[in-house]
Amino acid sequence: MLDQSQGYVTADGRQIGGVLMEMKDITLRFGGVTAIKDISFDIHEGEIRAIIGPNGAGKSSMLNVISGFYTPQEGEVWYKGAPRPAMKPYEVARMGVARTFQNIALFEGMTVLDNVMTGRLNHMKAGILAQAIWWGKARDEEIANREHVERVIDFLEIQSIRKTPVGRLPYGLKKRVELARALAAEPSLLLLDEPMAGMNVEEKEDMSRFILDVNDEFGTTIALIEHDMGVVMDLSDRVVVMDYGKKIGDGTPDEVRNDQTVIDAYLGVPQE
Amino acid sequence: MAQSAGSAASAAQYVSVPALLARNAKSFGAQAAYREKELGIWQSWSWAESAKEIEALALGLLTLGVSPGDHIAVIGRNRPYLYWSIVAAQSVGAVPVPLYQDAVGEEVAYVLDHCAARFIIAGDQEQVDKILDIQDRLEGLEHIVYLDQRGMRKYDHSRLTPFDKVQEAGRASGLEAELAERTAALDYDSTCVMLYTSGTTGRPKGVVLSNRNIIETSKNSAEFDRLKAGDEVLAYLPMAWVGDFIFSIGQAYWTGFCVNCPESAETVMHDLREIGPTYYFAPPRVFETQLTSVMIRMEDAGRFKRWIFQKFMDRAKTVGPKLLDRKPVGLMDRLMYRLGEFFVYGPLKNTLGLSRVRVGYTAGEAIGPEIFDFYRSLGINLKQLYGQTEASVFITQQKDDEVRPDTVGTPTPGVEIKIDDNGEVFYRSPGVFVEYFKNAESTAGTKDDEGWVATGDAGFLESDTGHLRIIDRAKDVGKMASGALFAPKYVENKLKFFPNILEAVVLGNGRDNCVAFINIDLTAVGNWAERNNIAYGGYQELSQHPQVRDTIREHVEEVNKSVAQDEMLNGCQIHRFLVLHKELDADDGELTRTRKVRRRIIEEKYDDLITALYDGSETVSTETEVTYEDGRKGSIKATLTLMDAATVPVQVKTLEAAE
Repeated sequence: MLDQSQGYVTADGRQIGGVLMEMKDITLRFGGVTAIKDISFDIHEGEIRAIIGPNGAGKSSMLNVISGFYTPQEGEVWYKGAPRPAMKPYEVARMGVARTFQNIALFEGMTVLDNVMTGRLNHMKAGILAQAIWWGKARDEEIANREHVERVIDFLEIQSIRKTPVGRLPYGLKKRVELARALAAEPSLLLLDEPMAGMNVEEKEDMSRFILDVNDEFGTTIALIEHDMGVVMDLSDRVVVMDYGKKIGDGTPDEVRNDQTVIDAYLGVPQE
Repeated sequence: MAQSAGSAASAAQYVSVPALLARNAKSFGAQAAYREKELGIWQSWSWAESAKEIEALALGLLTLGVSPGDHIAVIGRNRPYLYWSIVAAQSVGAVPVPLYQDAVGEEVAYVLDHCAARFIIAGDQEQVDKILDIQDRLEGLEHIVYLDQRGMRKYDHSRLTPFDKVQEAGRASGLEAELAERTAALDYDSTCVMLYTSGTTGRPKGVVLSNRNIIETSKNSAEFDRLKAGDEVLAYLPMAWVGDFIFSIGQAYWTGFCVNCPESAETVMHDLREIGPTYYFAPPRVFETQLTSVMIRMEDAGRFKRWIFQKFMDRAKTVGPKLLDRKPVGLMDRLMYRLGEFFVYGPLKNTLGLSRVRVGYTAGEAIGPEIFDFYRSLGINLKQLYGQTEASVFITQQKDDEVRPDTVGTPTPGVEIKIDDNGEVFYRSPGVFVEYFKNAESTAGTKDDEGWVATGDAGFLESDTGHLRIIDRAKDVGKMASGALFAPKYVENKLKFFPNILEAVVLGNGRDNCVAFINIDLTAVGNWAERNNIAYGGYQELSQHPQVRDTIREHVEEVNKSVAQDEMLNGCQIHRFLVLHKELDADDGELTRTRKVRRRIIEEKYDDLITALYDGSETVSTETEVTYEDGRKGSIKATLTLMDAATVPVQVKTLEAAE
């Protein structure tokens, strides 16, 4: 189990658990380009952790390191108190890490329901043949999975589009369906890559509400990348700031907001 | 065949809704009483199961300390649990007060304070939040019971209890004897429910309806349409509205039919299709919207399909209503109608979810004759009724083979009607309300000693058929400066029958001529814009597009022509109009929650626009305050172009001359 002594209490009075994941001196290079330079930070169980930074700061690369898509040349990723060996993304997913993508990656021709069901893939044990004839354990398993998926659909209020092909949905709803698919996997760590990108104010409000609700109801730990400063500062418990592959700030939204390095690098120098 | 227990038994045997529940649990024990789609699957509860659930909740309410005569507010979307809450409240001798779930905090505060509700049963976090926001002002409030537990875990639970915990406490309480005593104490004159009228003017009033009102009315109207156990309704209209109370509680308990609750407000159309109700009510707006969407989709269809649709719909228009009215129809027509049923009408009705409708009603507003005929020509028995909260809904309704778009039918059995000298309609019936709660003055002003109630509507009875025709609200009927009769709603309805026009407000009482505000229908006009490659950023921009204004002008001029034909009302032609820059909205107080126009408020709010319409200016700049869904306020600015409309010269008949 995690060492709970490292937990802390947030400004709004929520108890945050111990360290769930820790990045230790991560460096990631693509040929001659260094995308991430010697970065360390941790993610506590139950918190909403944001990674922010200007374009090209290496945020998405960082998320890909967490999700196991990239293997860093230097440094270690510690997960649940032990170093995590180099893994395939699906192996990481089995360990309880789910994610959404910056450019929606859903199956456009499939219905919302089927898309969300794919999130349950790691919970299905029956073989292809048993599933095809839909008999015995395979059937029970699918019913149980379907029930879980329906709870997620109910939770994210997408009942009315359950049977609609994803390709016919507007952008904001697709984003919500992607979140649903990630949630269906029952992750202990949820990674959101720019969940609000391209949304209008109302859609952003809805999405923020859902992110907070997920964290609140299921106790899911959430790490997110986001450009909208208002959203980040309102949602997250702690923020990592990156610039040119380096970490230039780490702390609560208030601390980060008042950090001169961060202001200069990212939020801009206020005009006197 | 399922025989209605109602017709066999006399009403006096069952003097309360809980008594009817006990009868239904015995007579139709295993039949479905409630269904609700949850997690994508229809769940159902038989009458016997529902009775058990209601008993557990009623016992739970006793453990919370509910006394006879207490008011228990119920707020949330249509769900079996909330219908049970109403009956459970009645069982313990309390008075249920259903509230509109989309009402803003201020409105809820007024009602809760007025009835001094001690307990509230709320649907979900949203409703609980609303009440917690205003709880400081509610001295009487003791406890909130909530249904959906999502997001509620971290709330302070000293005055909050989840629904199932209340039922659990009830089951363990051992208070059955006290509950039986409380239920037995109910009689025909005890209060069944208190409903707040949305009120086109002033503060909402609490209409107290007794068991007699509800049960007699339910009995009469159910027998009128031969409703029976085995019928299905979809409960999707606000629970605070008297119609839903009569359909989903009154008639459902009297006849023992099944009430189906949709999964969410957005899925109503899907759920309608899955359930296929046999008894269906919808306000004209719903029928209009459905027809508009059918027509838009037909325009997208291929040429062959369009041709088939056109061909058979033309046939249906002449043959369909005749078949419904059981009038003689030629063999060829019958044959073609059968064919049409197979190719067009059947599938269309199925898509609309109306395949099985045996009795369909619309009311609340006038329905366009074309819309009405469209549904009837498909073989859907759509009828009109006229009613109000104070009458426990039914005043008049149309008999199966006497259906016409321009009347509201003949008096419901048990109802008497008279028209006074000013043309106002009065009625007397077993359904007439007991009183307005804590408002003896209004009660006396509405109901006289002999039990006659003023409807506030002007109308007349057709001498040959006995059908009632409603012209307008009595207080809105006025006189033009010339002395001609001014009946704004008559003209507004004609305008609203155009699919492009969502809402219209006609002004001109005491003036020389009439002017109008128009709201365009964003679905219909938006679709037109898309087809004509007209880009627009939203309602405001589209509404001010010159081509849109011209189209609306054509509509207005057509209405003028039609108004000119009416001898009594030809003074109400519209001389100038403008297309409003925002949609009239209940959140801004411009419409009631049932979407009726609040004339006085609109006149005050848009005073500058009215002045401009009458002083001949060509454009007017204005700024309007708007309220967003979450209660925040903002404002929108716009410059509106005022439009002139051609009128037909007529010999204006003054009121004096007409008399």
